[in-house]
Amino acid sequence: MRRFVDRHPLWSVIIFAVVAVLLWMIFAVWPDWLTDAIGRKKVFLNALFNGITLGGLYFLVASGFTLIFGLMRNVNLAHGSLYLLGGYVGYLTADATGMWLLAFPAAFIVVGAFGVLLQIFVFRRMEGEDLRQTLVTIGISIVMADLMLWAWGGDFYNISPPEWLSGPMQTFFVTSVKRSGELVYMKYPMVRLVIFAASIVVGVGMWLLLNRTRIGMLIRAGVDDRDMLSATGARIQLVFVAVFAFGAGLAGVAGVVGGTFQSVAPGEDVRFLLASLVVVIVGGMGSIPGAALGALLIGLAEQFGSVYFPTYAVVLTFLIMVVVLAFRPQGLMGRN
Amino acid sequence: MRLTYLTTISAAALMAAGVAQAEPLKIGFLATLEGTYTVLGEDGLRGFKVALDELGNMAGGREIEVIIAATDASPDSAVRAARKVVEQDKVDILIGPLSGSEGIALRDYSKTQPQVTFINGISGAQETTWVDPSENFFRFNMDGAQWSAGLGDYVFNEKGYETVATIGEDYSFIYTQVFGFALEYCQAGGEITDRFWVPLGTKDFGSIIAALPDDVDAIYLGLGGGDAVNFLNQYQQAGGDANLIGGTIMVDGTVLNSKGSAKEALIGVPSSGPQADDWDNPNWQKFVKAYQDLFEPDQRFPSPSLMATGYYNGTMAMASCMEQVGGDLSDGQAAFRDCLSSIVLEDAPNGSIKLDGNRQAIGTNFLTEVVENADGTLSNKLIKVIENVNQTMGIDEAAFRAIGLPSRDVPECKSSY
Repeated sequence: MRRFVDRHPLWSVIIFAVVAVLLWMIFAVWPDWLTDAIGRKKVFLNALFNGITLGGLYFLVASGFTLIFGLMRNVNLAHGSLYLLGGYVGYLTADATGMWLLAFPAAFIVVGAFGVLLQIFVFRRMEGEDLRQTLVTIGISIVMADLMLWAWGGDFYNISPPEWLSGPMQTFFVTSVKRSGELVYMKYPMVRLVIFAASIVVGVGMWLLLNRTRIGMLIRAGVDDRDMLSATGARIQLVFVAVFAFGAGLAGVAGVVGGTFQSVAPGEDVRFLLASLVVVIVGGMGSIPGAALGALLIGLAEQFGSVYFPTYAVVLTFLIMVVVLAFRPQGLMGRN
Repeated sequence: MRLTYLTTISAAALMAAGVAQAEPLKIGFLATLEGTYTVLGEDGLRGFKVALDELGNMAGGREIEVIIAATDASPDSAVRAARKVVEQDKVDILIGPLSGSEGIALRDYSKTQPQVTFINGISGAQETTWVDPSENFFRFNMDGAQWSAGLGDYVFNEKGYETVATIGEDYSFIYTQVFGFALEYCQAGGEITDRFWVPLGTKDFGSIIAALPDDVDAIYLGLGGGDAVNFLNQYQQAGGDANLIGGTIMVDGTVLNSKGSAKEALIGVPSSGPQADDWDNPNWQKFVKAYQDLFEPDQRFPSPSLMATGYYNGTMAMASCMEQVGGDLSDGQAAFRDCLSSIVLEDAPNGSIKLDGNRQAIGTNFLTEVVENADGTLSNKLIKVIENVNQTMGIDEAAFRAIGLPSRDVPECKSSY
């Protein structure tokens, strides 16, 4: 922190100013001129929260993607299909048992197991052949999309959250003051907050796992130099399988999350594959903090775009990607 | 599903080969079998199959051979699919597309392929037949504005909604729907305060929902398919409780039969469209029964959606005219097209349909309200039937042209046009 301030004084001031303005915008009651300029505070706060929670969802999908890439140099273009499969498995579980929470372990296990099969029967056979792996995963994603269409049809599936999670909750953010002087607090969907909290837990857990445990050490060593690691006698194939299963399982869990606050339907696989690609390109291939930052940026861009300049909302995401690629091709947190 | 269908047809074709001497009639079928409107496209295909079943797979003494192509609601996917069936498979007649902007694209494409007759599936953008209509493009369904007939008047006078905000997908069909709603609603005395437009295929409506104004009497929803389900789901989670008004595909069977509880927000919502689920007209009842008999309950909706009805009508019109010309499509299909231009579909399940000079349908519209049935399913209850709705919605043609084409902010909300 200190070193950063010493090395980039100008940037530090700018970042500090932006954070200060943002905090003020979140907590203060907006004066009239600001409301006239950019609309009601409620809209702004909601866009901010939605951007962050959407970023949470993108992070869940993209972190598995980036982990797999970081370790195995394998661009798994079937990652979106894993997401969709998780969504369907989650729906079936929640629908059959009536327990929403059960959908998460079910999706994690089923999709994780599928990931193990993929790793053992597909990727291990073509290790180190990047292009071949990429093409094969595209093929797998197409086949899986059709199989899922065959099994579940083109309907839209909603995974209903339990009673205590549905509906809005009152937050302590003041959005406006009524003429009588009464404060109006913001209401926000409960389920989105819970999901966001869960994605933070997953993120922190992953960071701890990677940085504080022996397995994490193995994985990090594998990311840096795979050949050297296997030369030291580590059972690298086992690590590969475990990481692949974990990454796939995360995509499955993300499918349940996505199915809860959006919906599960054909076509979602491609959308989330694209989103994860954009997120990891912006954040830096193979970096978990990068995936978090990228997911946050993309989520915020989508939500603010949809409210403040709806016509160009779609372009905004890709604009960010273009800017990052132009000035920092390795991604914001990526290493050279 | 598609595969078994093709197999059935080929089997039927083999069996009939000895009987029918005439060459088979090649028909291309286009619908949104991919993307956010997949469910809509699938039901369109069901409507088409009901028609084929009723026809015994014959038209004008010729065996029907079907080539199915999938689109995804984008104009370029529609042109790509049409090119494939027209230029590669050499079809005689093309039935489709399903979605608004696809229709506009195919109208333009049809001008370059004068040897093929295009019969619209169920796409409902106004521009398709209103601006530079194509000689060989026929539309036996009304457009989105016509489908709004009766709604604006009803919500203002009966429901007492004096201000409304609209939210819709950002493309031609929804423009047309809001156009039709606004014309009538504003003339009745209502005021439209805001119009929100979201890209087709939007998944996260959180911020849009927060931006919806609190101080309006009702919100008009012009969404369809997956977008509609996502919106309702998130609207419920955000605790939304405003009065809602449904666009035609917002309260269609495709949304009312989605899985999950999101759709319950629609109970009691008024809407309008080219059909009503509980209409007691015998032609409608007959069509519903044919639809229910042909498919297993878990492979269809409880009753046909307007997509099924639209494709059914187009196909039946085609078959009647093939019958009339005795299967003869010579002379650039001239006789066949003359017949299409002048045919009156008296027995159409959703009320009598005829075409105007632009080959655009003049038909019957239905004012409906969503009700919950005894078994927990939702359907559209009929409130009022409006007959003979033409494309200018009863407004003088010159005055109608002066309003301009439907777009994000056309028409202005005025008390007279």
